[in-house]
Amino acid sequence: MKIAIASGKGGTGKTTVATSLADALASSFSINFFDCDVEAPNAHLFLNPDLKDIKPAVIPIPVINDEACSACGLCVNVCQYHALAVIQGKVLVFPQLCHGCGSCTLNCPERAISERERDIGRLYFGKTSTGISHYMGMLTVSEPMPTPIIHQLKASMQEHADITIYDSPPGASCAVVATTYDADYVLLVTEPTPFGLHDLKQMLGIVKQLNAPAGVIINRQGIGDKRVENFLAQSPYPILMTIPHRIEIAAGLASGRLLTKILPAYRHQFIALYEKIAEQVNVNQENR
Amino acid sequence: MILIISSQGRTLDSKPNPRFGRAPIFIRYNLESDAWVALNNPAVTEQGGAGVAASQFIIDQGVSDAISGNFGPNAYQALKTAGVLMWSFNQDYGTVQAVIDAYVHSELKQINHPG
Repeated sequence: MKIAIASGKGGTGKTTVATSLADALASSFSINFFDCDVEAPNAHLFLNPDLKDIKPAVIPIPVINDEACSACGLCVNVCQYHALAVIQGKVLVFPQLCHGCGSCTLNCPERAISERERDIGRLYFGKTSTGISHYMGMLTVSEPMPTPIIHQLKASMQEHADITIYDSPPGASCAVVATTYDADYVLLVTEPTPFGLHDLKQMLGIVKQLNAPAGVIINRQGIGDKRVENFLAQSPYPILMTIPHRIEIAAGLASGRLLTKILPAYRHQFIALYEKIAEQVNVNQENR
Repeated sequence: MILIISSQGRTLDSKPNPRFGRAPIFIRYNLESDAWVALNNPAVTEQGGAGVAASQFIIDQGVSDAISGNFGPNAYQALKTAGVLMWSFNQDYGTVQAVIDAYVHSELKQINHPG
């Protein structure tokens, strides 16, 4: 089963939930944990895997053979990312704008375009002392495009596990879709603030497009107002857990400890959470 | 010499727009004949690569000089490769006409690095 943890708003507790869920389940299940927040991965700070650099993440970018190129400009016209320009009879390539789609190569009437791989980041793998397989992608600073590295991170999976956990990047953009699109369940973490509610609604817009059930965890309960609860009461999405706004939790997380270690009672809560998720996934799969 | 000035509107009274790739209008101005025309910037609504798309557009217009507030790194590279000179105006110029006058009087700063 694949569970994606997402939020919309950043800093609501995705990684807190994802790492504690993985830790609570690790004694009963085999776990693949994917840190898909490739612009700022941090789950390893809590799970402490023995990470090793496995390979680069790459995208194919065009290389123009100037002798074969007739500067017809067809490649410029088919590139919806404006990664190419024809200037003074030569095609100029802007590697950081290229999404690696291959349209220019495919459409070139002179067959003047070949492709080379450009490194955009690194893929890491390691095991934790509790047996969790930890996959981490790291986008190179200044690289603008996280989606290829997320796809390659997932493809780097070494063996299947009972449970796969995707720790999503914040936001509600392409990178979040790349993380959540193949999930069996989307676990949304929010905070009870207007900002948390606004971004939760954006995430639910994505969730509706996926064929996966979803539920919500409210973190830092006690701050803000009741609008998130009131909104969810009118929605099909259950509140699966609340985590209170408490200084010992914040202090423990800031020192790199798992929620299941700071307050061991959470171990049982996360196991119960998984059981609720498994139940919803089973109902959804029977209804398909 | 043919200038292009990034503009907020379609007349010489319009406010200049300081963002090259995202300016809605380019005023193309021929200094020899004083003929000018307002062109829609086709790149203004692009999600990404607006600087390259806008550069390609004005290079294809045969301009010699581009005048704006800022040129991004991609636009800078494209325009420099094409041999288009880049000039920068600051907020003091209220109209496109004032920017053109400043250019004629050599008051604008030439840009030699992206930013």
